Amino acid sequence: MIRSSLLIGAARAIRKIGGDFIDRVWRLGAGTRLLGLTLISSGESFRRFHLVIREVYFTGVRSLIIISVSAFFVGMVLALQGYNTLQKYGSSEAIGVLVALALVRELGPVVTALLFAGRAGTAITAEIGLMKATEQLSAMEMMAVSPISRVVAPRFWAGVISMPILASLFSMIGILGGYMVAVPLIGVDAGAFWSQMQANVDWRFDIVNGVIKSVVFGVACTIIALFEGYDAPPTAEGVSSATTRTVVTSSLVVLALDFALTSFMIS
Amino acid sequence: MTQNIVEIDNLSFGYKRRMLHQGITMAFPRGKVVAIMGGSGSGKTTLLRLIGGQVKPSKGEVRVDGKVVHEQDREGIYLLRRKMGMLFQHGALFTDLSVFENVAFPMRELTDLPESMIHDLVLMKLHAVGLRGAHNLKPAELSGGMARRVSLARAVALDPDIIMYDEPFAGLDPISMGVICDLIRTLNDALGATSIIVTHDVEETFSFADYIYFVANGVVAAEGTPNDLRNSDLPFVHQFVYGETDGPVPFHYPAGNYKEELMGFKA
Repeated sequence: MIRSSLLIGAARAIRKIGGDFIDRVWRLGAGTRLLGLTLISSGESFRRFHLVIREVYFTGVRSLIIISVSAFFVGMVLALQGYNTLQKYGSSEAIGVLVALALVRELGPVVTALLFAGRAGTAITAEIGLMKATEQLSAMEMMAVSPISRVVAPRFWAGVISMPILASLFSMIGILGGYMVAVPLIGVDAGAFWSQMQANVDWRFDIVNGVIKSVVFGVACTIIALFEGYDAPPTAEGVSSATTRTVVTSSLVVLALDFALTSFMIS
Repeated sequence: MTQNIVEIDNLSFGYKRRMLHQGITMAFPRGKVVAIMGGSGSGKTTLLRLIGGQVKPSKGEVRVDGKVVHEQDREGIYLLRRKMGMLFQHGALFTDLSVFENVAFPMRELTDLPESMIHDLVLMKLHAVGLRGAHNLKPAELSGGMARRVSLARAVALDPDIIMYDEPFAGLDPISMGVICDLIRTLNDALGATSIIVTHDVEETFSFADYIYFVANGVVAAEGTPNDLRNSDLPFVHQFVYGETDGPVPFHYPAGNYKEELMGFKA
């Protein structure tokens, strides 16, 4: 009796793992398909670019405050931590390089993408999920207007355009935060701070690679947010769990992609 | 030009476990107001989705203007949908756009009309539903009845040949209900369109519909003019028209033996 109930339990667990796995693979496929459809249906977004500009305002411009404030603090903390270690080796002038490289190569793109997923990604998922729940997407379909080209594509391009700009701003403001701590507060020489940074930050290897990362993160975060919204069950519970999934999936994908991209770029 | 603008021929549709429709045949003559009535969950709304090509039938076919809907490619379905206007149950207005922009939406998306003409047309459509004065409001500022009227103005924005209504009376007060009844009839006759109304409100529908189909258990249980149906001897029609709680449609959902379930309960 006990043995058979154990067997039933084990079979149920295996079935659940299998079911979850199939579901993940299905979602990956459906998400990729949405990305493909979005790219194919993007013509409208470029012909009527004001649709994209409007979304850049909602996803990009309205993320500016959280991005700027976070960047400033991240820069300040980097300078404090960096100085603490660098002065042990007598190279505290290199603080500018440390702050700039950390931001431009890694923290700028990655932290911006994580904040973007939390600020703009969730908003996109909730908006599209609710549009679906209130039949707005069906209404559009019935009017012979494709929701992919009218709703999804402009938001996608807005995310892809916003992300590198936000990441660049993040790095700039972060460097400013680092400067504020290193120069006026700690007393590092301002000339050394900037000149070392200029000499050691490479345009192609550091800055362009950082921008490439942020573009890739922009594509990933935006399509995940759009897919979760588009795929959300049209109920309050469905939209809320889709919003949560956007943050969790985006964050994990950004971190995994960051590792993959960094290893390619360094090798 | 066929006499019936929409024809449903021996149509079956269902999901994996349950067939919703089993061999339904209906005809919607040009210029008429035809209602599809039936209990909740009898698949009435799905019939509208089948006419609009949003889902495909398992068997049989739907013809709109002589063309079989499910045989059309995406372009073909979009061309057919341009002949249709649909009023969704809760209006499905685009919440980020004003009343004016909602009505202008299909004109902007599907035509190249100049701005001045769109302005005049939108005001004319809104005037027809009595809401010209509300053109600057947002959907959130409208009452349920007003939202339904704006949605109606949007549905007829491009003078469709077929207007479909999904539960147009649900959740409305008696005054708004009367207004919607009048509008359905007036717009139908003024535009020379054909109206298909899915509803379960007997009195309102009987007051203005030309012909009525009753759907039950996946088939057309009865059909005729309002007068035919009022005098019908069929037990189902009698129960529905006079709102009796028990009859061919049972009060109780199928369940096991009542006494056994109560006595056999173990906490």
